[in-house]
Amino acid sequence: MLEVRGLRKVYTSRDRTVEALRDITFSVAAGELVCLVGPSGCGKTTLLKCLAGLLGPTGGEVSVEGRPVSGPPPGMAVVFQVYGRSLFPWMTVAQNVELPLRHKGRGRAERRRLVTAALADVGLSHTPDAYPWQLSGGMQQRVAIARALAYEPHVMLMDEPFAAVDAQTRADLEDLIRTLWDRTGVTTLFVTHDIDEAVYLGERVVVLSSSPTVVQDDLPVDLPRERDQLDTRALPRFTELRSRVYGEIRSAQRAASRADGA
Amino acid sequence: MSARPAGPQVPRTVVLGATGLALTALAAEVLPRALGIPGDVLPPLSVILGALAAELPTPQFRAALGATVVQWGLGLAIAVVLGVSVGVVLGSVPWLRRLTASTVEFLRPIPSVALVPLAVLVLGTQLRSALLLIVYASFWQVLVQTMYGVADVDPVAEQTARSYGLGRWARVRHVLWPTAQPYVATGVRLAAAVALILAITAELVIGSPGLGREIAAAQSGGATALVYGLVLVTGLLGLVVNVGVRALERRLLRWHVSVRGEVAP
Amino acid sequence: MSLGGRLRRAAELVALPAVLLAAWWVTSDGSESFYFPPLREVVGVLPETWFAGGADARIVSDVLPSLARLLTGYGLAAVVGVGAGLLIGSSPTLRALVEPVLEVFRAVPPPATVPLLVAVAGIDDRMKVLVIVFGCLWPILLNTVEGVRAVDPVLADTCRSYGIRGPGRVRSLVLRSASPQIMTGLRQALSVGIILMVISEMFAASNGIGFTVVQFQRTFAVPQMWTGIIVLGLLGVTLAWVFRAVETRVLRWYEGIRSAHRSGG
Repeated sequence: MLEVRGLRKVYTSRDRTVEALRDITFSVAAGELVCLVGPSGCGKTTLLKCLAGLLGPTGGEVSVEGRPVSGPPPGMAVVFQVYGRSLFPWMTVAQNVELPLRHKGRGRAERRRLVTAALADVGLSHTPDAYPWQLSGGMQQRVAIARALAYEPHVMLMDEPFAAVDAQTRADLEDLIRTLWDRTGVTTLFVTHDIDEAVYLGERVVVLSSSPTVVQDDLPVDLPRERDQLDTRALPRFTELRSRVYGEIRSAQRAASRADGA
Repeated sequence: MSARPAGPQVPRTVVLGATGLALTALAAEVLPRALGIPGDVLPPLSVILGALAAELPTPQFRAALGATVVQWGLGLAIAVVLGVSVGVVLGSVPWLRRLTASTVEFLRPIPSVALVPLAVLVLGTQLRSALLLIVYASFWQVLVQTMYGVADVDPVAEQTARSYGLGRWARVRHVLWPTAQPYVATGVRLAAAVALILAITAELVIGSPGLGREIAAAQSGGATALVYGLVLVTGLLGLVVNVGVRALERRLLRWHVSVRGEVAP
Repeated sequence: MSLGGRLRRAAELVALPAVLLAAWWVTSDGSESFYFPPLREVVGVLPETWFAGGADARIVSDVLPSLARLLTGYGLAAVVGVGAGLLIGSSPTLRALVEPVLEVFRAVPPPATVPLLVAVAGIDDRMKVLVIVFGCLWPILLNTVEGVRAVDPVLADTCRSYGIRGPGRVRSLVLRSASPQIMTGLRQALSVGIILMVISEMFAASNGIGFTVVQFQRTFAVPQMWTGIIVLGLLGVTLAWVFRAVETRVLRWYEGIRSAHRSGG
């Protein structure tokens, strides 16, 4: 479904070059929910922009549904980290969800059906006429998720979508993502810097190294499919997986600081 | 404060901007000739500059330029002093602000040119008439911005100052004025441009001495090239005013720029 | 709001204007001054001066042509200014190329171009509309460029990833996102436009409010001249109110964000 081969991204300015991504290779199969976790500053957002076709890579290739990505792929929806800035403040909640559908050329009746269903899915049936800035951060991110859902994407990319909400809201939103994925089976790539979140949400976790970034590890999450904030997090297997990812990231960071010191 | 590092884009903008100006000048020279536009409609740039060059050394031109600058500066200064003091008083006394709001909203949009006939009748065609128009138009710009600024004072800062026993005057100086300053600067910037517009207007329609009157005289004398040249001079004057006020604003408010740069995320 | 509160608010709105009008009425009542006739007299001649004569009334023969010229010029400037602003704002290269040139044009005080355009285009409606277009264009254009440039990159990415481009992107993203700056430009342009409407008529015309008011002044018809000032003032105030109503509608979201941020700390 989503193939990344040898992806490399170097930023060049006049007096220096920065190698953000060195060599990224991984793939996401149709219907999978994969979490991409890495330390702060490892180029997660750069990687996501390359996957979303918003940024051209320096080398390597990204392909979605077998077609190489050279611009935003039509079957992909992206949920950005900064919810407050990815919703159109001059449109109501319903208009925000509807906008991509209008440009996709969907008929009025179908648009209404998709918008209503998507808002119900994220638990926002009661606020279609509110403006985004009248809502809390968590609710705004729900609107962004509803917009992605209504678009009926084949692949959904989420860029640290819960980085800026409080802990309780975050747990609710994590469960929402699991539920929606369970029901729709949409291929999902979830980027986060939070190890617990990656292990709790993912069916697989791809661990990134520090910058210049490579794939450090790619491990399946063999936790029960039915997840629960209390029970799942209390499982010994959860702790094991979490510790393993944590160890990987620590050693990656240490390697990076050694390389800096040298 | 360190200067902005010279990134690769800074020279590029300068080069492009200079190119744009040069292309415009070239077009102003070549197009009238190439298209055969008659000289009394749009003379080539060199003819305009020639007419202007002949005019520049005359005492008449210097007197006109001086008169415009004096009217502008004097009018702006009066408007700023009046606007800031009235704005601070109205802005910081809530009941006064509520009581005057409707009157301000009514008087502000009255076009100052409506006062032209009255000014001519009562004050004649001299400096005072022009000043009336300039001050009336620029006063509102300063007043309204000052009131916005005073309204923007952080209540927490105000309460903190109160709890430390700062008196009214000390609070105005240390809390209110620093907050209002960037707004006042915006008001002055807007007022400076408006004052120049009204100075030229007064010279044009009332006939008070200055560049506007010279332009009208050159037009009625059929000296089209000189009209263009003088309009160019008023443009350069406007440019000096805009750039000068903006530079002054940046210099005075360097400490405040980061605060003002805050935009809704 | 409680009834008492509403009454109080209404009282605050009317109190000062009522007092001022009453003061004007009373102090001018026994006025012997030639220039300041009793307000009673001014109000008395107002209907016959502007509304008498059916189709020949000055409201039809002077006010309407003035308004038509203003709205034509303003509308043209808005279309051209926003259109060109969208184009220039979306291309950094184009912007760097033309921005200095635009700054020079913007700096020319628009009234200075009145004699110029009289020389070029004669004294008919075309000249007056051109004057208004020239004066209104630059604030609209330059503010639009600023607004387009400041489109949020995350919103731009959102549009790209959902395949929203072309005219749909302009409509849903760029125009709306730039609307606060566009409205600022339109507001500045409106007050300049009114000034230019009046000046161009005072300078050379055979009808229009500006022409009529100056005629009254030249023939020493002082009470009539005062009614002209009042009509001009009312026109300015009405246009400003209409503009404010439109602006409030268009920018409701923007004000909402701002107050959400203010209360959110």
